[in-house]
Amino acid sequence: MELIVSKNFNKKDSYKLETYLAGGGYEAIKKCLDSMKPADVIEEVKKSGLRGRGGAGFPTGMKWSFVPKESSVPKYLAVNADEGEPGTFKDRLVLELDPHLLLEGIMIASYAVGIGTAYIYIRGEYKKAFDTVRNAIEECYQKGFLGENIFGKNYKLDIHVHAGAGAYICGEETGLIESLEGRRGQPRLKPPFPAISGLFMGPTVINNVETLAFVPSIINKGGEWFASIGTPKNSGTRLFGVSGSVEKPGVYELELGITARKLIYEICGGVKNGKKLKGFIPGGLSAPIMTAEELDVPLDFDSLAKAGSMAGSGGVIVIDESADIPKIAARTADFYAHESCGQCTQCREGTRWVSQLFNKIYQGRGQKKDIDLILDVCSNMMGQTICVLSDACAMPSIAFIKKFRHEFEALVK
Amino acid sequence: MKKFSEEKLKEVERLKARYPERQAPLLMILHMACDEFGYLDDEAYSYISELSGVPKSKVYSVATFYSMYNQKPYGRYHLQLCKNVSCMLAGADDIVKYICDKLNISPGETTPDNRFTLSLVECLGSCGKAPAMIINKEYYENLDIEKVDKILAGLK
Ligand SMILES: Cc1cc2nc3c(=O)[nH]c(=O)nc-3n(C[C@H](O)[C@H](O)[C@H](O)COP(=O)(O)O)c2cc1C
Ligand code: SF4
Ligand code: FES
Repeated sequence: MELIVSKNFNKKDSYKLETYLAGGGYEAIKKCLDSMKPADVIEEVKKSGLRGRGGAGFPTGMKWSFVPKESSVPKYLAVNADEGEPGTFKDRLVLELDPHLLLEGIMIASYAVGIGTAYIYIRGEYKKAFDTVRNAIEECYQKGFLGENIFGKNYKLDIHVHAGAGAYICGEETGLIESLEGRRGQPRLKPPFPAISGLFMGPTVINNVETLAFVPSIINKGGEWFASIGTPKNSGTRLFGVSGSVEKPGVYELELGITARKLIYEICGGVKNGKKLKGFIPGGLSAPIMTAEELDVPLDFDSLAKAGSMAGSGGVIVIDESADIPKIAARTADFYAHESCGQCTQCREGTRWVSQLFNKIYQGRGQKKDIDLILDVCSNMMGQTICVLSDACAMPSIAFIKKFRHEFEALVK
Repeated sequence: MKKFSEEKLKEVERLKARYPERQAPLLMILHMACDEFGYLDDEAYSYISELSGVPKSKVYSVATFYSMYNQKPYGRYHLQLCKNVSCMLAGADDIVKYICDKLNISPGETTPDNRFTLSLVECLGSCGKAPAMIINKEYYENLDIEKVDKILAGLK
């Protein structure tokens, strides 16, 4: 299989401009500037079927087309490099190992939508990634690839890096906008949607790092080529980050539609120390757990949604037979309770309740009715809040109980 | 008096030029202040407010929303160990216990000689190299007890 976003990862000095150029880098943006109209670029990305790799799997070309062509105020691109979803560690590799691929993707997206300023929001802990991207941007300014007339053409683009400061909620797109504006990262009520009024009140596109890193190849090789990889409505490859009880954890670029069985047993060498699989979380901690019986579900957006879980960020957490699901559930709920921004009562109170109840059960202080109380609290946390963090706590919590109820019952009086 | 060097003041001006609104560079300026002063106190908030043109109450409200802006002094080495699920599955709990026993502190505490502070934090984006921690700004990954011993011994 041909690697698309990770193709340069193993090159020596892969992060340098000269390495990127030697591999044919920045040809796609030149092609756009030379011979494609912005609408052609959007059309090509639509044809590719590319869907967002940040979490929701939203079609990228469609997202770009929602932004009004004419705007009296500046439009912006906000690149989501917050990577806070537990179990996710793939954008970090793009940032550290191939920053120019991301920058070229940003240039193309900006040209397609008519954007003159892009901000890359990098989580505060990723210092090396931040420095690497900042240096890559500097290289581009020196070469005339960024600034007033990029590549000598009549197009102006500035790209800036912005560091987050340790808040998972800033990965949510409107939380990210608030944080870029120097405020508390509290998500905004929609509408207005960012495509109409987002960053600094301008029409704004928010895209994940990996999503944008696919764009140069789509322009070079065509949308149809990309659409031929993976499965029909889930085209292309993605970076799977595999962690937990597995022999060979790491980031693997694979076609969408690969099954969990193949990923865990063939690509990653199986469950650690030859143990039996208990379950796996297929798309970052917000994705409901799947059992060993569900190993043959393809890891793509639609198949996982149909199976009651989600492809999310592509972070696959492998759980072996020796792990305690109640302990994992407690840690999961603790996370959301800690990260809730507190604006919505259902989320602020619900995440705390769920976390306290799971901990009570795990520590052997729980009663049978606490199990159903969790389910009850969760049912009131979904679909009613400003953002979906509340749902992201409720959905996996329900799945832990529904699929492993016996483990909770064994701990309660 | 808490104050930035000339060079840092120039950096602040460069930052301001990148955004169309006055408050936008605040997160970046707060990072610079933590690097310079170690933590944020009343004097630091006044200074940042003056520097950024954002009211002090707002600066405080923003800073306290984020976990990376230190509100109090920490030890010389701030160990931030990930407690999230992938690290937990890879044995993070044993490492926490080992560090606590060895340094004779609980999470959140600082050793009496002010050398180490231990904090437990959420996912650091190192799940494939779990367990993981950050000390000051450096990542340490694939931790085991032997490795932790070596790391701690090297931090004076
Ligand atoms: C609580 C929460 C946290 C999120 N964290 C991230 C993140 O760290 N990185 C990311 O790319 N998307 C994250 N998302 C998804 C974004 O809101 C958004 O859908 C995504 O960045 C859009 O980019 P894409 O269409 O290219 O995937 C998060 C969503 C929620 C609700
Ligand atoms: S759902 Fe939770 S995290 Fe999202 S806005 Fe409401 S309180 Fe904040
Ligand atoms: S869970 Fe520890 S680094 Fe992600």
